[in-house]
Formats: sequence, structure tokens, C-alpha cells
Amino acid sequence: MAYSFPEEVLEYVLSFIKTDKDRNAVSLVCKSWYEIERWCRRRVFIGNCYAVNPRIMIRRFPEIRSVEIKGKPHFADFNLVPEGWGGYFHPWVVAMARAYPMLEEIRLKRMVVSDDCLEMIAKSFKNFRVLVMSSCEGFSTDGLACIAANCRNLRELDLRESEVEDLSGHWLSHFPDTCTSLESLNIACLGSEVCFSALERLVSRCPNLRKLQLNRTVPLEKLPNLLIRAPELVEFGTGAYSAELRPELLSNLVNAFAGCKKLKALSGFWDVVPAYIPAIYPVCCGLTSLNLSYANIQSPDIIKLVSQCQNLQRLWVLDYIEDSGLDVLATCCKKLEELRVFPSDPYDVEPNVSLTEQGLVSVSEGCPKLQSVLYFCRRMSNAALFTIAKNSPNLIRFRLCIIEARAPDYLTYEPLDAGFGAIVENCRELRRLSLSGFLTDRVFEYIGKHAKKLEMLSIAFAGQGDLGLHHVLSGCDSLRKLEIRDCPFGDKALLANAAKLETMRSLWMSSCPVSYGACKLLGQKLRRVNVEVIDERGTPESRPDSCHIEKLYIYRTLSGPRVDTPDFIWTMDEEGNTPQ
Amino acid sequence: MESIGVEEKGLNLEATELRLGLPGRDKIEKEIISSFNKNKRAAPKSAEDDGSEAKADTKHRDHEAAPAAKAQVIGWPPIRSYRKNNFAPKKAEAEYGNYVKVSMDGAPYLRKIDLKVYTGYKDLLQALENMFKLSIGVYSEREGYKGSEHAPTYEDKDGDWMLVGDVPWDMFMSSCKRLRIMKGSEARGLGCAV
Repeated sequence: MAYSFPEEVLEYVLSFIKTDKDRNAVSLVCKSWYEIERWCRRRVFIGNCYAVNPRIMIRRFPEIRSVEIKGKPHFADFNLVPEGWGGYFHPWVVAMARAYPMLEEIRLKRMVVSDDCLEMIAKSFKNFRVLVMSSCEGFSTDGLACIAANCRNLRELDLRESEVEDLSGHWLSHFPDTCTSLESLNIACLGSEVCFSALERLVSRCPNLRKLQLNRTVPLEKLPNLLIRAPELVEFGTGAYSAELRPELLSNLVNAFAGCKKLKALSGFWDVVPAYIPAIYPVCCGLTSLNLSYANIQSPDIIKLVSQCQNLQRLWVLDYIEDSGLDVLATCCKKLEELRVFPSDPYDVEPNVSLTEQGLVSVSEGCPKLQSVLYFCRRMSNAALFTIAKNSPNLIRFRLCIIEARAPDYLTYEPLDAGFGAIVENCRELRRLSLSGFLTDRVFEYIGKHAKKLEMLSIAFAGQGDLGLHHVLSGCDSLRKLEIRDCPFGDKALLANAAKLETMRSLWMSSCPVSYGACKLLGQKLRRVNVEVIDERGTPESRPDSCHIEKLYIYRTLSGPRVDTPDFIWTMDEEGNTPQ
Repeated sequence: MESIGVEEKGLNLEATELRLGLPGRDKIEKEIISSFNKNKRAAPKSAEDDGSEAKADTKHRDHEAAPAAKAQVIGWPPIRSYRKNNFAPKKAEAEYGNYVKVSMDGAPYLRKIDLKVYTGYKDLLQALENMFKLSIGVYSEREGYKGSEHAPTYEDKDGDWMLVGDVPWDMFMSSCKRLRIMKGSEARGLGCAV
């Protein structure tokens, strides 16, 4: 029996279905649902810009309003991806300028964006509202000036940790006086001074400004005037938090912060002068997020601050907090969900602060809601990991970085296999894991056996041989992203688990004994997967097939081999021939 | 194929780069140079760390590093360049040595020494004795360097001139701004209780 109801009804129903996962499910029901759904999808997320291309995206989804695209592999953050690798936004913006004149939002991560791209955004999309560029590069403040000048209804401009060629601070003055729509402005990554009076006027005339993150050059003295003009702020990032000690500045700051009744998140805090920390005490009890990861303040000051933040859910801090500070955190901040502890002096072998595994153990004991951990430390033990695993069964993200590569359990000198094994066994919801320390293949056995929901795994200086990699590829059912560096994993595990690679977003391997011959074989075996050899020593054809390649990036794609590869990348083709 | 232009070659700074180091060390140079060009804190690496072979059997190099030049592996520990560049670095002394000027009364020119290379007062005084060909003697709390023609003194952070040896070595290291070896009657004066 066939029946149908009007498309408009289904469209209306679908307008309540927002997540990609649900939308994808809808589109699989039947052909007509696929058609209806694709015409009314408004938002698309592309986790790997080379997995698809603009033409395919536009062909399937003709009415997109919001696009999110990610480019370079995660290890690009640590300088492992050579300069010029790719991730260019240009072809996307050119295609979207034609196809999506009503585009409103662009969110990019690790992509190369030129000033031309920014100009194109500014001139092509009349309703453009949101531009977020996270860890992007390739543009200058000239491009920002273009955005400021032309995007009439701009709501969000967020430059999150991008590398911007900072020609001058004048770009901010390009926001016209008629611009009153700004809700979020993050310029924390910019190096040069912005025209402060322009900033003040901008803030004054944007009544909906909820998020403002300044850059380091904005002096502390300017903050009071700025804050009183932005009483709706929910998130605020200071500039350099230092000035000569002046009582009236302190009291002005106290009043200014107190005036921001909705403040929930603070960040910035470069170059802190401790005497000015009390200025934020009035807002502490309302804070849910505190980023002190650039603040060079010592444990006693951090303790005084943190002990007033009973509602804190997220804390990013340097290891100056020390174990003693983490004890206080564990006692005072019962709602803590996310903790990130960064190293203040990562390149010194000797510890400069008293931060050990004990701090993390305390937090796991005291904070029942702990879900997400990023922790740099200099020693770890299996015992501590057992305790953490037992205390925090709800962990979703666990990224541990023991600074010295291959450091064993400092008490027993054993590998940390059992400890991480306990983590994956107890934390059933674990989606992301980064390993460190001395690890044999055994840890991968545990991971393959227990980490069934694991989506992203990062491995460095670990394992003994192919068996380790085999455990991971054959056991981790939900694995999407795998990144490996300096591990003794070679051809066998890859070739034996080639099919797995078609189910993942991507695999990165660098400084591993993978041979060129194996890469060619993988290229032949895998359909709709790009096997890219990255080697700056010149063509791998000039060396024997058994020679190890430098880096390997394998990802599934609908788009075929890249057309924009630099001269140090070779895509293995399906015939097993000499590429390019 | 659409023309992609500048982005295709990245910033292409290679053409105008200064080449550092010996010829033949291309890869390492590339990494160091690309660090400098991107204003990242440079990641100097040991020459052998070529990165293309797995290091399953070799323990990591870090703890063999000399204090002034820590051997680093690219991208380890995994800290984003953004964070490395934006965090205020520790005092320069920590990386570059703690050099202070040393003057001796009557000597025509000053010397400079790195306090960090000495293990304690004994070591330091020995070095000064060698450097200036003199004898300083043994320190005592009550009498200073009694019996010696010379007294080692230092200017501290507050600008005061102090006798070397009164405070613990670590405190001395962090507060000493310059050294002066006093001679003759002035020196003898310092040994007496005031």
C-alpha cells in the first residue's frame, strides 16, 4: 500500500531534526525522504576537507547555510605535517560563492585561508554572520579588515589560535558605525595593538556582545572602561593582566567585573601581577570555565582563586598549580568536568614544579563528574592509573602526556600497560585516548579488547611490533581517527587490516617502519581511500620498495586523489603504478 | 583544474630563506628554518634524529642533554606552537646561563663567568683564584676570609655589597648580579665583626 503525505509536512518535521547522525538516518529511509532531506539540510560538517569536494557537497545539498570544514591532520599542531601540505579553503569558497549566496556561517579548523578567501566571503554572502577560524593560517589583518567592513550582519568573528599575519591593528576600525550586530569577538591570537578607541566604540554599540576575548596588547588599565560597556558578557578574555600597583585601578576593576553579572567564563591572563587577581573574586562563584593556561602565577595564588569557584566545570591551568593546588580543586570544585594541565617548562628534564600523578589522582577522587582530562606530568604509575580508572568511570577523553618519552612506571619500572588497560576497561564511554610512557604491545591488546567506543587514539613511542597495531585495528570497533608517531608498527598489521581503513576517517603514521611497497599495495587494495606517502627526501621511487617512508596519511574519500598535492606527497594509485 | 595560486605552495618562503648550518643537512635545516619563519620557538634537534626510522630500541635522548642545550624531538612533548609562542618564557638565565661580571681591584679589565657551571662556593672560589692568580683562603662565618689579602664580594639584587659565602649557594646564585674581588685594607676590614 503506497501512501504519501505532502513534502511540506515532512520538511516541517525534519526542521526539528538537527544532528548530522539523525539527518543521515532520515536520508536512508527511502528515495523520496533522501530527496526531501537533502533539499532542507542547512548545515554540513566535513571532518576532512579531502574526503569530499565542493562539487559533491553542492550537488547533494543545494541549500546549505552553515558549513564546518577541517583540514590538516591533528599532528600538524605539533609540527609533524610539513609546510605546504594543503588544506586550502580557496576552492571551497569559490564554489560556495556561486552556489550558496545565502550562506551564513563558516567554521574552519586547521585550514589555509588567504586574504582573497576572506574578501570573497565578505563580498559574496549578503547574510553572512559567523566566521570561526580555529588554528588556521594564511591570512592577514587586511583580510580581517575586509570582513569587518563588508559583513553587515556579522555576529561572530572568532580567530581562535590562528596564525595571522599581523600587519596592523587598524583593521578593527573598519567595522562601520552601523555595525551593531556583534555577539562574539575573539582576537586573542593577534599580536599587534588594535586601535583601542575603535574597540571601545564597537563594544559600546553592540548590545548583544556576549563573548569578547582580547589580545595580549590590551592593557589592564583599559579593562574597566571596556567591561562597563559590555554588561551582557558571558565569556571574557583579558589582555595582559599586569600594571603597576595602583589602588584605584584595582577598585575600578573590581567594580567592572562585578558589573558583569552574567559572566561564566574567563581567559587571557597573560603576564599576571598577582595583586590584581582579587579583582575577579566577585565573579568567581558564577564561573563555569576558567582558562589560566597562560598565567604565570604560582600555586598559592591559584589556590586562592580556584577555591572560590565552586561552580567550575572546566579548568585549564599550568602545572604551577602543583599537587597541592589540585588537592584544593578536588575539595572545592565538585562540578568539575574538564581539567587540562599544561607544562610550564616542557623541555627541561628536571621538574620545575611539584606536580605529579598524585594531583590527577586527587581530582579523580574529589570530582565525580570528571569527564575530560588532558594532563602533562613527569611521572606516572600503574597504581595511580588504576585509582583514576576506578574513581572516574565516566571519562570520555583521557589524554596523558608523560613528558619523557617511554618513561616507565616510576615505582616499579614496569611498562604502563596495566594502568592504561584499567582505564579502557573501566571507562566504558571513553571516546578519546592519548597514550604515553613506556608501553608494550600488551596495552594495545587491552585497548583492542575493551575500548569499544573509542573514536580517536594517539600513540607515540610505544609498542613492540605489528601485533600492537593489529590489536587496535582489529578490536576498536568505533575507531575513526588513529595517529601514530615513532612506533615500531610496520607493514603486516596495515595490510592485514586494510579493510578497516575504509571504515575510518583517517590514519596518520610517521617515523614508523612502513615500507613503500606496502603503501603501493594498500593503494591497490583500497577503494575510495587515498593512500598518501609524505616524504621530503624526494620520490620514493628512487629508493627500493623495502625502504621505509617518512610519513603516511590514509583517509577515505569520495573525491579521488588530491589535485593540489605539493611535491613531497605521492598518492598511491589503484593500479599500483608509479604515482604522478 | 582550477588555479589555486599562492596557497598551493604555501607561503613559499624557501626562495628567500637564509640557509643555516653546514651544507648537506637539508632536512634538519628545513625544520629549523621553517620554525624560525613561522616564529615558532625553534626546535633544535640532534643531528641523528632523522625521524625516518622507528626508535623502538633506543631510549629517548632527553636525559643526555647538557643543561644549556636540551636535545628536542620534533613535536614532543605535544604542545601546540600557538601555546609555545604565547606563553611567557621563563627567565632567560634558565636557558642561556647566568653570566656575571667579575672585577678585581687593580686589574685593568673585567672578566665574566657563568655561575651555573659551578657546583658551590668552593668550586667558584677555586675558579676565581685560578682566573686572577691569587689566593682567597677559606671562608668562616665569624671572620670572613681572614688572613687573605683578598675578599670576594658581590652586589645583590637590592644593590648592596655582600661577602661571598654568607648565604646558601642557591640564594647566592639567584641574587648575585656582579662580583668584585676586594684587595688590601678594605678586604681586611670585612673580616672583622662590625
